[in-house]
Amino acid sequence: MTHLPTESPVFADLKHLLDQRILVLDGAMGSVLQGYQLEEADFRGEQFADHPSDLKGNNDLLCLTRPDIVEEIHGRYFAAGADIIETNTFSSTTIAQADYALESIVTELNTAAVACARRAAEAAERATPGRRCFVAGAIGPLNRTLSMSPDVNRPDYRAVSWDEVLTAYAEQVRALMAGGVDVLLVETIFDTLNSKAALFAIESVFEETGTRVPVMISVTITDASGRTLSGQTINAFYHSVRHAQPLSVGINCALGAREMRPYLEELAQIAECYVSCYPNAGLPNAFGGYDETPEHMADDLHAFATDGFVNIVGGCCGSTPDHIAAIASAVKNLPVRNVPQRSNAMLLSGLEPLIVA
Amino acid sequence: MTHSASSFLVVGERTNITGSPRFARLLKAGDWDGCLAIAAQQVENGANIIDINVDEALIDGEATMVKFLNLIAAEPDIARVPIMLDSSKWSVLEAGLQCLQGKGIVNSISLKDGEEEFLKRARLLMRYGAAAVVMAFDEEGQAATRDDKVRICTRAYRLLTGIGFPPEDIIFDPNILTVATGIEEHNNYAVDFFEATRIIKDTLPHAKVSGGVSNVSFSFRGNNPVREAMHTAFLYHAIREGMDMAIVNAGMLGVYDEIESKLRDLVDDVLLNRREDATERLIDHAEELKAAADAAKAGGTATAKPAAAAWRELSVEERIQHALVKGIDAHIEADTEECRASGKFPRPLDIIEGPLMDGMRVVGDLFGAGKMFLPQVVKSARVMKKAVAYLTPFMEEEKAKALAAGESAQPQGKFLIATVKGDVHDIGKNIVGVVLACNNYEVIDLGVMVPCDKILAKAREIGADVIGLSGLITPSLDEMVHVAKEMKREGMDVPLLIGGATTSAAHTAVKIAPEYEPGVVHVLDASRVVNVVSALLSNEQKPNFMAENFAKQDKQRADFEARRNRKPLLRLDKARANAPQFDWANVDIPKPAFLGTRTYSAASKADDLAPDTCHLDLREIIDFVDWGPFFSAWELHGRYPDILQDDVVGEEATKLFADAQAMLKHIVAEQRFSPRAIMGFLPANAVGDSVEVYADTKRNKILDTFHFLRQQQAKPDGQFNHCLADYIAPKDSERIDYIGGFAVTAGPGVEAFAREFKEAGDDYNAIMVQALGDRIAEAMAELFHKKARDFSGYGETEDLTMQEIIREKYRGIRPAPGYPACPDHTQKPQLWKLLGVEKATGITLTESNAMYPASSVSGFYCNHPDSKYFAVGKLGQDQVKDYATRSGRDVADAEKWLGPYLDYSA
Repeated sequence: MTHLPTESPVFADLKHLLDQRILVLDGAMGSVLQGYQLEEADFRGEQFADHPSDLKGNNDLLCLTRPDIVEEIHGRYFAAGADIIETNTFSSTTIAQADYALESIVTELNTAAVACARRAAEAAERATPGRRCFVAGAIGPLNRTLSMSPDVNRPDYRAVSWDEVLTAYAEQVRALMAGGVDVLLVETIFDTLNSKAALFAIESVFEETGTRVPVMISVTITDASGRTLSGQTINAFYHSVRHAQPLSVGINCALGAREMRPYLEELAQIAECYVSCYPNAGLPNAFGGYDETPEHMADDLHAFATDGFVNIVGGCCGSTPDHIAAIASAVKNLPVRNVPQRSNAMLLSGLEPLIVA
Repeated sequence: MTHSASSFLVVGERTNITGSPRFARLLKAGDWDGCLAIAAQQVENGANIIDINVDEALIDGEATMVKFLNLIAAEPDIARVPIMLDSSKWSVLEAGLQCLQGKGIVNSISLKDGEEEFLKRARLLMRYGAAAVVMAFDEEGQAATRDDKVRICTRAYRLLTGIGFPPEDIIFDPNILTVATGIEEHNNYAVDFFEATRIIKDTLPHAKVSGGVSNVSFSFRGNNPVREAMHTAFLYHAIREGMDMAIVNAGMLGVYDEIESKLRDLVDDVLLNRREDATERLIDHAEELKAAADAAKAGGTATAKPAAAAWRELSVEERIQHALVKGIDAHIEADTEECRASGKFPRPLDIIEGPLMDGMRVVGDLFGAGKMFLPQVVKSARVMKKAVAYLTPFMEEEKAKALAAGESAQPQGKFLIATVKGDVHDIGKNIVGVVLACNNYEVIDLGVMVPCDKILAKAREIGADVIGLSGLITPSLDEMVHVAKEMKREGMDVPLLIGGATTSAAHTAVKIAPEYEPGVVHVLDASRVVNVVSALLSNEQKPNFMAENFAKQDKQRADFEARRNRKPLLRLDKARANAPQFDWANVDIPKPAFLGTRTYSAASKADDLAPDTCHLDLREIIDFVDWGPFFSAWELHGRYPDILQDDVVGEEATKLFADAQAMLKHIVAEQRFSPRAIMGFLPANAVGDSVEVYADTKRNKILDTFHFLRQQQAKPDGQFNHCLADYIAPKDSERIDYIGGFAVTAGPGVEAFAREFKEAGDDYNAIMVQALGDRIAEAMAELFHKKARDFSGYGETEDLTMQEIIREKYRGIRPAPGYPACPDHTQKPQLWKLLGVEKATGITLTESNAMYPASSVSGFYCNHPDSKYFAVGKLGQDQVKDYATRSGRDVADAEKWLGPYLDYSA
């Protein structure tokens, strides 16, 4: 018989806050980093000066080579009013780092990233006595997917296996947990099966360590089809991840708030946990940039809050500390979304949901 | 999209190697396409879940399961339903779980290998996120009796819920065992299952019950009629006891009430263990059935009559119902006459209200349930009309007699429908009329371009119960408001229905409903109209329905106000300052190959062509048809050509498409349409937001000036406030630019041909002809735009497939007056005059500036390399005033034509 992992105290702290108000997540790391105009040398630092391949663009690596900047950005988000910031670990898995031939440093990357975030959180808590600042270990999608073939002529082919994905995620989760994250956030999910492997890995690490932290889940609805890239509707997706008993389920990336509205509304109706939403700053413009203003984005999230759709809000691509500050002030003092009671129906899904009452 | 199944679920069994010899053969042969086809067919036949089992000694179970699931993942028509992984090997189940992005079911786990193994697997299922079928099996073996089934299931339930397994994800399979084996202990097996099911459902909260039904009839292998009857009857009883789902062949499920009664009784005797000799009696009967079937097979043609004609053997009422549901009109007059002559129906009206309306009610129910689609319903209506037409003379005769005797008659409800003044579009209106007529409403269709006073007078004359207004172009919205006001002024109180492509629930709520208190209802499409009308005509339903409608409209008005207040528009000068900037010195401005106009006609003989008229071939036009909107016109939704394979509407879409192709062939062969077109280019320059058009390149004489409107909504940085005039070189750029114009029509033949069908009572083909007319007109617009690009030079080098052309992937645009980029319909008379459209093509304009014939398209050509379609959106009062001044009109006149676009109350 295995013993059930015990819940960390963060469960109680977060639930207490979530029952009182809408919590705020941070915004994009990449968009803010652009303002620092970092060069190849910044990314390499001393540690990777002789690394054989280019490293510019490997933002996660900055946790090791420019931790000062990463920590500063986290600090700016806390100052803007974020309650929860994400570690800079979106691509810190062996599978994603393989692009830079840096598989071997994944544990180190995650450890350093948590350290940057923790320092920023502690500084923010010191600055305002009584304030709680949370660190979420960010777990991104992968550049290889378990549900789709990269080769149209071989639909049954998969570029990666379940075991490979599971191993990669477990390594990241182990390092994030050891570093001391408050929660884990599986985000920007475009292939549900990848996320199911991540959730499986998380549960296995909980069992190893004997401790359970809250898990947040956030899916990406790709376009106006209202589906994930792997083809599921939002409610089918929810049925696929409900077993992980997440603290929250939400939607992020790909769309601006306005485009997300119908899917968020649907999710808010069915999710038996808290609901999060951190959209992009609008749709990308012709140059791939984002130009939704902080005021517009805050307006839209304010509307979601007044309609009772959300418990946690924030920003994804293109959002900055200014956006988060506007959002934080827009949702201040608004009532929280009420979490519906757990259903006793069997909730199945393929690409579409099937409810067996 | 969401299937909420509070009722029974069908788990398709044909992708189970042990249940389907065909699947087994294909799988062993490595015919994956064949295997996928079986899976797809299961889903098509209504399976809610598909069971997949590849257990076979010679097959590598793990690898085969993974490959098949990965292939299925690439087939959205199959992958939309959940998967039930079925194997006796845990390793195969686990390999399968690692391929499922959805939440599936594992079939199965049990206590066969002891509690420890059972709970280990259950914990893994919780981690993978899957529901579980739990067999009534323990360390001692399989449970056969009721009490053993209940005991083992109860034990499993306690163990599972004890480790936190969600009770709703437990599906018990209490073992369906074979009956009628000749062994006495087996006789009660079905009863044991039924009783165990009831107890499990009553005592183990939220748990489900399932089972593999085929096993029950295993004694009757090779005798499918008996097996089917046994499965059907078994399910009937088991569902009554609470069974939630079963693994069955989704395509072979019968209806309990339709089992031949003798067979049904014998089967029930066996299943319910009602008599000792039940098995013998069923076996004897089964052999008789089989012998008869074999003899029939040997006898050849006599009984091998094609099923298609077998329905002719049914009773006359059933034949009529069949003909209506299937839309077959070949025998309907003979069948109607048979009813009349039979003496069973004292009056002809009894035939209409009896078998004919019974049949149409079935059609209506199937349509309402999404099991029939609009084209089928229109065909049903054609059969109905034919029958009614046959009976009409008899009814007239009867009426004459009744009138002579001083009696009168009252039909169910009178629905008056019209396309409003100034508008000529009537496909949607015709469809609504047909659908209502199918439902026994008397529909009075006043046609198109009907003035308000005529609608009101007719409504009073006939005592209409509901009035429906239809329209496609934006000025029709104002006309509808006008009709509503007039109805109020005249003190009418019948409900007013609003429908048509340009109408919306929001406009109805904000502009029309406030003008007419008795009630205005917006109807989205024809499939909703019957529910709306029946609610409105029911004294019980009407108050609730109207209360809901009013509440909905209140909310829409509030939303509209809120939207309007939230985002103020830019001032016109600010919007103009944010126009896109072009480097006019370097913009590529192609000079068209000709200036002035060219006329095209598809007239057959050369001498029919006026001088200077180019020949146009109908077949050339057909290549440019975009079929997507054709299906939308019939309310079949999906993308062409995928829609032909769609699992819901695919079959109907394919039939409809075939009918359309046949009709098109007919139209081409008999030259029923007479397309005509005019296009032209003239020198032009922009002056502010207006475009001056010149007689020649010297630019001394201005022929006319087109005034355009600019977007006024606030834009994020890097986005502009567009106006069509931006795409024409400004006068002060010193460069000559050119603007194009066109008007195309499928010709008056469309209406004439449609009328022929309509007068013959064939609405289906009438609507078909109109829908094709619209497609031809749109295709002409595309074809002539291609010609325009070629005349401008850059079209010659564009390398695009027909698909890409239809998706408008080329340079340049052809905005149409009255549409979002230039919403003012009054630009049409300007264009008509400038190009001489009416003389060249015969297209005339109504007082609302709708084009007649309706199957016509007109617009401008812009060649600017960066030109894009955009919507002008809401207009501020400052711009409307400026626009009125520029175009020398009253502000009120401009406001009237731009009504739906105003951001303020005029």
